[in-house]
Parts: sequence; structure tokens; C-alpha cells
Amino acid sequence: MEDTEADASQGHHPTPREYVNIAIMLAILTALEVSTYFVDFGRIAIPLLIILMTIKFIMVASFFMHLKFDSKLFGRMLYGGLILALGLYAVTLIILFFERAPSA
Amino acid sequence: MSTSSETKPLRPAQETGLLSWLGTTDHKRIGVMYFFTTLVFFALGGAESGLLRAQLAQAEQNLLTEEIYNQVFTMHGITMVFLVIMPLSAAFFNYLIPLMIGARDVAFPRLNAFSYWVYLFGGIFLYSSFLLGGAPNGSWVGYAPLASDSVSNMGFYAIGLQILGISSLAAAVNFIVTILNMRAPGMTFMRMPVFVWMALVTNFLLLFAIPVIAVALFMLQFDTLFGAQFFQPGSGGDPILYQHLFWLFGHPEVYIMILPAMGIVSEILPVASKKPLFGYAAVVFAGAAIGFIGFGVWAHHMFTSAIGPVARSAFALSTMFIAVPTGIKIFNWVFTMWGGKLKFTTPMLFSIGFVSMFTIGGLSGVTHAIVPHNAQQHDTYYVVAHFHYVLFGGALFGLIAGIYFWFPKVTGKMMSEKLGKLHFWTWLLGFNLTFGPMHMSGLLGQPRRTAVLPGELGSTVELYNLLSTAGVVVLTGSALVFLYNLLHSIKRGEESGLDPWDARTLEWLTASPPKHHNFDKIPTVTHRDEFWHRKYAEDESGMPISVPAGASEDHDGEDDPDEHIHMPDNSLWPFIMCIAFLPFGYGLVFLNPWLFGLGVLWMVVGYFGWIVEPLAEGDDDDVPDDVHDRPTVGATTH
Amino acid sequence: MAADVQATTLGLDHRKLAMWTFLGSEFLFFGAFVSAYLLYITTTAGGPGVEIFDIPFTSISSFVLLMSSLTMVLAHNAHAHGDLRRMRLWILATAGQGAVFLGGQVYEFTTFYNEGLNMTQSPFASSFFVLTGFHGLHVFVGILMLLSLYALSLTGKVKANQDVKTEMIGLYWHFVDIIWVVIFTVVYLIPEIAVL
Repeated sequence: MEDTEADASQGHHPTPREYVNIAIMLAILTALEVSTYFVDFGRIAIPLLIILMTIKFIMVASFFMHLKFDSKLFGRMLYGGLILALGLYAVTLIILFFERAPSA
Repeated sequence: MSTSSETKPLRPAQETGLLSWLGTTDHKRIGVMYFFTTLVFFALGGAESGLLRAQLAQAEQNLLTEEIYNQVFTMHGITMVFLVIMPLSAAFFNYLIPLMIGARDVAFPRLNAFSYWVYLFGGIFLYSSFLLGGAPNGSWVGYAPLASDSVSNMGFYAIGLQILGISSLAAAVNFIVTILNMRAPGMTFMRMPVFVWMALVTNFLLLFAIPVIAVALFMLQFDTLFGAQFFQPGSGGDPILYQHLFWLFGHPEVYIMILPAMGIVSEILPVASKKPLFGYAAVVFAGAAIGFIGFGVWAHHMFTSAIGPVARSAFALSTMFIAVPTGIKIFNWVFTMWGGKLKFTTPMLFSIGFVSMFTIGGLSGVTHAIVPHNAQQHDTYYVVAHFHYVLFGGALFGLIAGIYFWFPKVTGKMMSEKLGKLHFWTWLLGFNLTFGPMHMSGLLGQPRRTAVLPGELGSTVELYNLLSTAGVVVLTGSALVFLYNLLHSIKRGEESGLDPWDARTLEWLTASPPKHHNFDKIPTVTHRDEFWHRKYAEDESGMPISVPAGASEDHDGEDDPDEHIHMPDNSLWPFIMCIAFLPFGYGLVFLNPWLFGLGVLWMVVGYFGWIVEPLAEGDDDDVPDDVHDRPTVGATTH
Repeated sequence: MAADVQATTLGLDHRKLAMWTFLGSEFLFFGAFVSAYLLYITTTAGGPGVEIFDIPFTSISSFVLLMSSLTMVLAHNAHAHGDLRRMRLWILATAGQGAVFLGGQVYEFTTFYNEGLNMTQSPFASSFFVLTGFHGLHVFVGILMLLSLYALSLTGKVKANQDVKTEMIGLYWHFVDIIWVVIFTVVYLIPEIAVL
């Protein structure tokens, strides 16, 4: 059937064991995230959280969603939407924060 | 067809009668249904504009109460934007995209039917508000917190537009996949007809803009119906947030409405000029650039709101910048005509009308980009004049050109040229008479969305308003000419033959009207303007010469059709499932958990009916249309 | 359609392409809700603010949702190898974890309500409940799809060679998961540090 592409890349797909390893890494990263709540990381806490979030995001997208092994177009759809959303809403928030209507 | 299909439970297979339409998954039939539905809504929206103009014919008139006036202008805007221009473009997408790219249907035929039925029931839902306590009256932009006040009746607005958004989003995904993934062999991106390109850009705009309005409408709905505080200044909510979200959608929406018409005109001008489109690549990239920049100009609708001087300057610049790709297109259209053998057929006249009227609307648009100027014009009739020149003089002229141009394709008959020309000239006159004077009355200070024309504005403004009203009378007569021409030609039009316009693109390669499966043999594409190149070769000087008789009649492969043509089966489930949007919507508006629950349950049942439906072909494995649609609200349905 | 086995133009499956297209647009959907939340993060109108969050509790339900992505991908893996029995097992596990997550959300909402935070109280409360509520709705729809996949694989409508169906639902499920990865950090963790 038309899944020639998927069949061709089938060999590169991770094995269940690799999936489990990725999940363990995700779990460790999550534990690290949660630890910022209990331990005072000072100024690096927020950048650290954002970096951890990005790593988790990319790991799930690349491995669990197979972006790493699949057509580049899929990644472009996903990250295109993400970048558009980030850009538009960043500008919106900047305008809103600097020119907030006087609040009650 | 497999013989086993006789023993299996078949999907509905009627070819005529009501059930054949309710259950159709044929993109051509769905396109035709879209078309006739938009005609009905266009008549309604037109009648509303007639009421508005009657009220404003003279100063200090009170034909309508303020309350009715507000409902009528709100519904006029919603109707024309969401129930006429967008679905009329969708009618063209449906009918033409598969034919133009050499496919037999869209990627997800049942999802396509779903889009149509959602649109129909969404429109019925919105219009039923007139009978159920009054139509929305907070204008088509629905600014909060006015719109979240119960007097403005915007529950129907918030939920009705949400339903229509589901239709558009499903259609957008469908068309994007169709265009990317179902092109005939050899149909590379740069060989696609410009209309298909513009359809692709439009559907990407829809894809990314609809979720934003979905959120704005959800917030509005929660504020209106459930007492949430998103836009309530009393508790610190920020109404400007609504404006941002609305226009983040609203400006791409402008291009969603105009790009399909630009695509249509880019198909008609070369045919009627007997020349290839001047600067194909420039037109395509300008279209993509318009789509892209179109996301970056939304705040120019908010120059008089609290957005600050830096944002005003930045958005003024980006707004002026978007005039550049638009200008590129206009130059390309003009140079397409330059030196061509022009034939002033009705579609050509409307196309030229599009180019000229749209240019006027575009230029008055640039004046809005200038912030101080904008502050003067804001909420005056000057703005009304501007966007009617863009959407009526632009989008609608282009779409009407498309109706005349592809009517022979759909019916195999011609529309009367005589009546068509009468339609064009009266339409052009009526249009300019209606909206031209609004520039002046607006600059003289006449405010929009005001039920009574204030007498203190003086007799000049009153004269302009009277002219506008007279224009609507002309337009009404003109529309009746068009309607007569359309209906008469469907029954008694002259036979058009296969290629009445000496056309250039693939849809003319097959019969008119096309067979159910479009092409007996999927064509292999070797050129841009493939059909033209099958008819004409070039002599040494580059002039087109007809290919010797016989070879030009490449209509096509009758002797060698493809062996197994699998067409999508009919299905009643999209129709059945979409009825659920009525109880669902009423349940939300009237806060009735039983109706709401009924709607949700109905949708879930429809969803299961949809996914377990057998395929008449009986060959489930290879059929990729079994997309799992999730019957949910808002932007979560694809 | 396209049952004619003719290859698609890009060599990609229609359904997967459609799902990815749709997921790209979902960022615009959640992004708007997250923006409203960030805008209103301190606009509590005198009611409870971000200090009401129970981070340990939310961490656990976040963890459950994250692990459901593992079982989801294992379900697809089993289906890709034609092992429908194991696929069904993992599908049930995934749906079950999704249900645990939803249960946690219902518990969380109830607790907040009892502690005086409800949707009509302040822009902060509205944006929090509607954002996480819509995410919960996505999880709920995902569970519905998983259960229908489970049922259809029993009746033979989903066959051993049709792992695209599992893969598609998996894509949706993972997407809902990565949205929660973002929400967990942006809505819960960072405000706890930045605002308090």
C-alpha cells in the first residue's frame, strides 16, 4: 500500500527498550523540574525550567511522534505552527503589558 | 468493483433524488450545494442591506427601531463574511481543486460533506436567532464587554461562528492535504494553476486563523453565558485582549476572502487575453507573501485603542508593506492584458472590474495605515466604503467572474452573454453609486453603526446617503438579472461544447459537466497551462499555432481508461452527525443541559456511525479516508 | 477515496498529513489561552492566586500523563509488528492513565472550588479553568478515540496491517501530552517561582 515511506523507515524506529529509556529520561527531567519547587535555585530557576520544558517537548515530538524518522514536512507543520503562535502571541502580550488599560 | 460488494451491507448508493444529495461525497455536488446555499444567504444579506439603506435614505428617519437596526447591520456583516464570501470561495475550492490538479476527489470526501453540512446548519442556527429572542446586535466584530452583555444577544454570535469555524477548519485540512498530496503525475508546485496556489495559501490562513477566533469566541461565550471574567473591566479583565484575538483572526480573514478571487481572476485574464499569465512566479510568491504578512498587520484595526505609539508605528509600517505584494499582483494582471488579444466576455469584464475596483479599495486601505489619518476615519463611513470596495468590488466581482467562467464547466451550457453584460454594467454602476459616496460622507463625519443619520451633518451628507440608497436599488435590479440569467441558462442555455473559452487548465480536459470520476485517465502533466500546451505548439517566433486537428482534441483517453477507478462511497453520516449542532448550539445558548447533552450524544453516535460504516468496496485496508474525526467543539475537529 | 493504489504525490499517508496539519494549528489554539493566562496571572480581584496550586499533586498527574505517552508509543509499536493483542493492552493502559489524569483534574478543580477559586471570580480564575479545562477536553476526546480504537480492533474493523490508525491517534495523544508539558511549566511551576 502507500506506506512505502513508513515501511522504508521502519528499520530506524526505536525498539521498545529504547522507548522505555526515553521515558526514563523524561521522568528524570520531570523530577528535576519539580525539584525547583522544593529547592531554591535562585535566578537560574526560570531559565532552567524553560530549557527542561523545551528538551522534554523535543524528545516527545522527535521520538514518540517519530518526527526524527518521518517526513520533514510533518516537522515543518508542527514547528511552523509553534513558531507562528509564539511570534504572534509574544507581540500581543508585549503590547498588552506595556499599554494595559487602567485596571479597576 | 469487487463482486463481493453485492453481498456486503452497502453504503447508500442513490444517484438521483434527495438521498443522493444528502449522502453525497462527490466534491462537485458538494461544490454545487455550497453555491446554491450561498445564493440564499446572499439574498438574505442583501435584503438586510436594503433595510439599512432604506433607513438611512434620509436624515432622522425611523423606519426601523434602533434595536432592529443593530440586529440587521450585525447580521448583514456576519452573513456576507461568513455565510456568503467564505463559502462561495469554498464552493469554488470544492468544485475546481480536484479538477485542476487532476484528481478524482478530495482527500477526505466524507469530511468534505461534513464541512458543508456544518456550514448549512451553522447558518440556519444563526438565522434562527431572529425567531428566538432576537439576532445578535453587537456588530460582526463582537467587541467585549458590550458583546458579553446580555442585551446584545451575542450568545448566538459566539456559538454560531464557532460552528462555522469547525466547518472552515475541517475544509482547510482537507484542501491542504488534497493539494499537497493528490496532484496528477507531473503537476509540480510551479505547474499548479494560480487558483490552486491561492487556494493553498487561503487554506493555510484558515488553518492558523480559525483557532484564534475559536479562542476569542470561547472566551466571549464563557463571559456571556457562564459569567467568566475574561473581558470584564470590573474585575481587572482587559477588553483589548478581545480586540487582539479578534483581529489576529480578522486580518488574515480579509485575505481569506480576497485571495480566492485573486486566484480566479488570475485564471480568467490569461484565457481572455490569449496570453500566459505575466510573471506566474511573482503572482504566486506575492500571494504567499500576502498570506504571510497578513498575519503581521492585525493591530492596524486597533489604532484608536490602547496599543501605544511604538505598536502604532510598527503596524503602520507593516500595513504599508503589505501593499507591495498586492501591487505586484495588480501590475502582473495589467501586463497580462497588455498586448493580448482581449475578448471582452462577461467573465473578463468582471475580472477587469475586480482589478480596478480592488485597486481603489486597496488605495483607500493604504490611507488607513497612516495613523493620524486613521484616527480621523475610524468608525466612519469611509471605512465602510473601503472594505466594501475590497470585499464587494474585489472579492465578489472576482467570484462572480468565476461563476460566469466555470458555469459551462458545471452545466455544459453557456450563460447569456447579453444578460451577463447587462448584469456587469448595472452591477458596476450600482456598486459605485452605493459605496463611492460613502467615502465622502465618511470623511464629512458620518459615523458607522448608527441607526439614525443625524440631521446636523448637513444636506451634503444627506445627498450622499440618498445616492447610496439609490445604488442599492440599482444593485437589486442587477442581481435579479443575474438570477434570471443563471436559472434560465441552467435550463435553456446554449450548449457550450467542451472548451468554450479556449482555456488553459486541466479542468477543461474532461467532459462538461464532468463525469462522476472526473477523468477517465489521470492526465500526466508536462507544462504549466497543460491544456493549452496540448492544443497549441509554438512556431519559431514563439507565436502559438494550433496543433494539427485530432491531436488537439485530447479529451481524453476514452480508449484507454484507467482500469480500477475507485470512487468514494456515499454516506449519510456527515449529514446525520451535523444535525447534532442544532441541539448542541441551542443547549449552549439557552443553558439547557438536556439539549446540550442530546447534541453531544448525537455527535458521539454520529461519530461511531461514521467510523464503523462499511465500505461498499469492501476493501478497507487500502482506503485512507477513514479519518477519525472527533466530534468536539471548537478548533478540535479536523 | 484514493483507493486506487496510486501513490500520493508526496508519498505520505493522507491521514497522517491531515493530522500533522491539524496539530500545527492547535498551537494557535492553546497559545491564545496561555497568553490570556499570562496576562491575567496576578489579576485575581482579591481572590486566590497561583499560591493555591498544589505542585506535588499536579506533578504526579503530569507524570502519569507523560508515562501514558510511553504506553501509547508501545501500542503503536505492537501494532506495527502486527501484534493486536499487545496493542490492545497498551491502548487500555494509555486510556486508563488518561482517565487517572482527568480524575486528578476533576479533584483539583473541586478542591480549588472549595478553597474559594471559581471561574466567575476573576480573570485569573477564568483563564486558568478554561485553559486547563480545554486541555482536559482534549484528553477526554483522546480517551474516546482510544476506546473506539480498542473496540474496533476487537470487531476486526481495525486490522493488524492498519497501524496507521493507531499511529494517528498516537500523534494526537502525544500532542496533548506535549501541550501539558508546556502547561505544567508555564502555568504551574514558573508562576510559583516568579509570582510568589
